[in-house]
Amino acid sequence: MTDATVTQPAAPGGAPKKTSLLKLDQRTRRRNAAEKRFKIYGMIAVGIGLVFLVALLSAIIVNGTNAFTQTFVTMNVTLNEDVLDKNGNRNPADIKKVSTFGYAPLINSALENKVESLGIETLLEDGGDMRAIMSASAAAQLRDYVLGNPDQIGETIEFRFLASSRVDGYLKGRVTRESIARDRNISSAHLLLIDDLKELGVVERVFNWGFITGTDASEARPEQAGIGASMIGSFFMMLVVLCLSLPIGVAASIYLEEFAPQNRFTDIIEVNISNLAAVPSIVFGILGLAAFIQFAHLPQSAPLVGGLVLTLMTLPTIIISTRASLKSVPQSIRDAALGVGASKMQSVFHHVLPLAMPGILTGTIIGLAQALGETAPLLLIGMVGFIASEYPNGIQEGFLDPNSAMPAQIFEWAKRADPAYYERAWGGIIILLLFLMTMNLIAILLRRRFERRW
Amino acid sequence: MNDMRRLERDVDTSDIKISAKGVQVYYGDNHAIKDVDVSIADKTVTAFIGPSGCGKSTFLRCINRMNDTIDVARVEGDIRIDGEDIYDKAVDPVQLRAKVGMVFQKPNPFPKSIYDNVAYGPKIHGLAQNKAGLDEIVEKSLRRAALWDEAKDRLNEPGTGLSGGQQQRLCIARAVATEPEILLMDEPCSALDPIATAQVEELIDELRQSYSVVIVTHSMQQAARVSQKTAFFHLGNLVEYGQTGDIFTNPQDPRTESYITGRIG
Repeated sequence: MTDATVTQPAAPGGAPKKTSLLKLDQRTRRRNAAEKRFKIYGMIAVGIGLVFLVALLSAIIVNGTNAFTQTFVTMNVTLNEDVLDKNGNRNPADIKKVSTFGYAPLINSALENKVESLGIETLLEDGGDMRAIMSASAAAQLRDYVLGNPDQIGETIEFRFLASSRVDGYLKGRVTRESIARDRNISSAHLLLIDDLKELGVVERVFNWGFITGTDASEARPEQAGIGASMIGSFFMMLVVLCLSLPIGVAASIYLEEFAPQNRFTDIIEVNISNLAAVPSIVFGILGLAAFIQFAHLPQSAPLVGGLVLTLMTLPTIIISTRASLKSVPQSIRDAALGVGASKMQSVFHHVLPLAMPGILTGTIIGLAQALGETAPLLLIGMVGFIASEYPNGIQEGFLDPNSAMPAQIFEWAKRADPAYYERAWGGIIILLLFLMTMNLIAILLRRRFERRW
Repeated sequence: MNDMRRLERDVDTSDIKISAKGVQVYYGDNHAIKDVDVSIADKTVTAFIGPSGCGKSTFLRCINRMNDTIDVARVEGDIRIDGEDIYDKAVDPVQLRAKVGMVFQKPNPFPKSIYDNVAYGPKIHGLAQNKAGLDEIVEKSLRRAALWDEAKDRLNEPGTGLSGGQQQRLCIARAVATEPEILLMDEPCSALDPIATAQVEELIDELRQSYSVVIVTHSMQQAARVSQKTAFFHLGNLVEYGQTGDIFTNPQDPRTESYITGRIG
């Protein structure tokens, strides 16, 4: 500040060396070589990353797209009154007494008729033998239809039934004559029959909406299983996560960033929040099991509990990203607001928060996406292993009834023995990834939409 | 022009607006302001000059308690506005800042429309009864800041889209819109080109009619041009305070003399 003393540069020792600008000297050449080497390393690293990405995506697409098509058998079924309604008075109670077992003969004879009328030669003796090509769900489908339309009893109606998973696998190339050598569910005679039926258009492979909208099925009927119910489970979970973690996370961050005094206590809180973000998710799972299920007695496998656990897991992510975006709002904006006599809270809510919004929303969506794909904590609260074979009946059931979630459903399918389920696991991955991509896209759009310069 | 100003400088300055006694400011262990006593008159422009880091901005920020926002800052001593201790427990800094407007070094308009920038203060203080009243305040403030003619057709455009000088005048309009009694300006022209500087200086001279203006500046020429009284700060001390003409032509303290002749700073 006071009289500045200027130090003179040391006098040059002798005349400066003459160099040409057109000739690179040793140092420059070495520096350029190092730069070039570094660029090559970088490109190799990016290349390796891209190769892995392409490998991953192509594996998912190759393995998963088959899950979106399914083999169906179309045929006419005569709804025989003698079997379905012996008294003939269409009493719903009477009709209900006929179990799915009672419907099996109808399908057998329908199948027999179809094969006979088409003039197909087969080694299979009767419809009972042929029924192995059909899904076990066919009888239930028929029964549901009859219960819904009792007036149709006695008529002959065209139905499209699911083929069994072996037949489906045969059309997709997963099941071959060699692979069924020791399979008691299906024989090569069945496959010959399928070849014929396929040629005549009775058996066909079409897009399967059931995979997207359906519910999970038992281990023996992979052809019937869909991801719809667990999608709903995930939806309710995300609703809980969003409604809890966004307000709590944003409020906590605003308090810590704008209002809290800087002292040892807040330092400890800050360090712990950062540490929480790195805690393995299964730890949150066991915490949720202890706190929400064993202590608070919330129902097991419920999306509410899943959502609470995932909220705990997402909070640190949201708090960290919110604080970062609050921090990035220039101090001059706060000064400007305080300078015209705004209170601290007015300056935060009128000026700082709107500017930090894109960052907060991006962080929240990234946190949600992370929660959507999280599986480990769900293991411990019983959402994995639960067969989500029914849709919840309403909002309350949606939160409180046991359900699965998309990643849990994928995990469940992947560990089942039937290779048909393995294919569905890949299909589930595709749907999960589509959701994640959509969320990321929304994050990008919101950021673009709300971004303001100052 | 300078001669005219010099005539104007002989105004009645007996009306004390701000009086500070024994003010000490600490930033943690750093003693930034050392025992400053100063009385600032109403309806005058008072300039604080001094080398960087001498504490003039710090002292300015004590007057509207902006230092409260810095955790490590600690203010001791007695600052009174119209005889009221502004560091009294009963004083709400928010209310104080409505009375003591501030213009910052870097133009910092809100990333909102020009209209909203000016209307924000009156809105939160409830100065307008209705939309028409608010419109009136906005127009009046923009006129006072000599920005009305340039901005009247683009009130809904973002304030951040204006040029630097216009932005600074917008900030002045925003500050006067809340009808403060004192206007603090922290190097308001340091980010502006000479033309914009001249406009802002002219404006400051006009604002003197209604307010007590305190301006921190690095430029001694600016202090000489716009102020009636000048305070010279050095290393946290108020070295000399008096009529601007006296400070620049006949400094009493050797440090003041070295600074204005360019030997320190």
